[in-house]
Amino acid sequence: MKQLLNRYFGKAWLALTFLFLYLPLFFMVVFSFNSTRQDAVFTGFSLRWYEALTRDTKIVDGFWLSVKVATFAGIASAVLATFAAFVLVRYRRFIGRTLFSGMVNAPLVMPEVVIGLSLLLLMVGIQNAFGWPQRGMLTIVLGHTLLGMAYGMVVVQSRLLEMDRAIEEAAMDLGAKPFQVFFLVTMPNIMQAVFAAYLLAFTLSFDDVVIAEFLSGPGVNTLPQVIFGYARRGINPTIYAAATLLIVSVTLVVIGYSVWVARQTRKREREMAAAVRAETAVLSA
Amino acid sequence: MAYSLKAPGRRFVIGVPYTWLVVFFLLPFLILLYISFVDMGNDISPFKPIWDSETGLLHLKYDNYYTIFQSGDGGALFQTLYIEAYLRSLWYALCTALLCLVIGYPFSYFIARSAPSVRPALLMMVMLPFWTSFLLRVYAWKGILADQGVVNQVLLALGIINEPIQMLYTDVSMLVGMTYVYLPFMVLPLYANLVKMDFRLLEAAYDLGTSPFKAFWLVTVPLSKAGIIAGFMLVFIPCVGEFVIPSLLGGPENIMIGRVVWDEMFTSNNWPRASALAVVMIGLIVVPLAIYYHFTGEAAEPKH
Repeated sequence: MKQLLNRYFGKAWLALTFLFLYLPLFFMVVFSFNSTRQDAVFTGFSLRWYEALTRDTKIVDGFWLSVKVATFAGIASAVLATFAAFVLVRYRRFIGRTLFSGMVNAPLVMPEVVIGLSLLLLMVGIQNAFGWPQRGMLTIVLGHTLLGMAYGMVVVQSRLLEMDRAIEEAAMDLGAKPFQVFFLVTMPNIMQAVFAAYLLAFTLSFDDVVIAEFLSGPGVNTLPQVIFGYARRGINPTIYAAATLLIVSVTLVVIGYSVWVARQTRKREREMAAAVRAETAVLSA
Repeated sequence: MAYSLKAPGRRFVIGVPYTWLVVFFLLPFLILLYISFVDMGNDISPFKPIWDSETGLLHLKYDNYYTIFQSGDGGALFQTLYIEAYLRSLWYALCTALLCLVIGYPFSYFIARSAPSVRPALLMMVMLPFWTSFLLRVYAWKGILADQGVVNQVLLALGIINEPIQMLYTDVSMLVGMTYVYLPFMVLPLYANLVKMDFRLLEAAYDLGTSPFKAFWLVTVPLSKAGIIAGFMLVFIPCVGEFVIPSLLGGPENIMIGRVVWDEMFTSNNWPRASALAVVMIGLIVVPLAIYYHFTGEAAEPKH
């Protein structure tokens, strides 16, 4: 009896918490198809908000700007994260290592408001000194890269730490030069983590409103900035339509990515098993 | 001998991320610190230099910090709008972290005790909303909690209430929004901790006649202490600086320090005071972190 209660209590708690986590998503999907501008009663099915979305130039422009910013910030973050992770994992001793490790990790705990404000002050200083760059896409990319690099570093670092160093040493013994070892041995081994770092940085950038608000210039608005502006004014089902499209695409990407990872892992396991079999065959022959 | 690059290569590999961080992280912070010690300027140059243009002498200004802690000249200490905003931010962060713990602990526990085959799927379900826009998910609560919103409609229909209760722009909407957003930050470290736990220890406690509740309290909770603390920090720290949630779900009564910094910067155009507020805000984050690392003794590698 007690066990029965235990089991149902567990299931109920899981169900209720998932309901809490998914309620806003269901809500937006359902009311994006509503025929009127209210979000308490479903008055009938319509696609008018999707139509309004395609005609809203602010949202469409913001979307393309966000895609560009997130792509650049994602690539820059993944590259810098790989550099930083490599330095932290492989170079145990160099002057200023403590400062370096502190600076890499600090953006993880810094409030975004502080990051945004201090970068804005730097940009204003640079602009006053050199007359360039204007606040806009470039400055937002810089801000997002700072954040993305910190998160990406954690991902790449953990992969580098669990990587088997023996294969690198084997390549060295066979006469490979250090950069050859890195590109031919290390990179293929950590590629999955570098890609994960890219995805993480892309998502962070695509989602960020605070840093963009500080660093964007007049007339330059990323998608989250446009949505933030609308959201503060009141209910606008066009945003629900945008949200629904986003939810669907994110779900597809996340499922696709995990299927890809699972397949890669299985493939690697198969190859390892085959290698072990071949080895035993050779040894027992 | 582990492979290491020769000096020029090594210098390049270290130099690239190092230079980048010095220019875009350290330097901005030093500028922030600098501006927090100078006088406010005019519209064209928003702050004055730290040296006197005639005598060339340095003169640091502490006024920006004084005004945070003291209202007016010789006014009461710690009774300013800024201190109120700081305290409110800490209070919301604390409440959010506790709510996340109360909801998230049983949640993580039941995921960790479910069949190993369903665990990845359940975890993915936790992560999925996390990957969709944070801003949109917060915005949705605005519609759900509104006076004419879904929650009020359901409560009215069930006859639990007679007229809509105001939840939006109050502590209720603030805490619902913040708990909602930060719950995964609590669940992931707790799950990682609980899934590694040896449940035979619990069985041993049962065999020795302990009641399930007592066993949970005396065995499970102490063993998961590290996960609880990590989750608590991961929720508490970003909550203190939260900007978007109070802007969308809070009213004028719920203003937090992030918003105050923004207003000083862009509404009052008082760059030195905004900088000083931001510096104090960093202090608020650093103190709990220092306590955390002191007690856990771990290296400064926050988990994500």
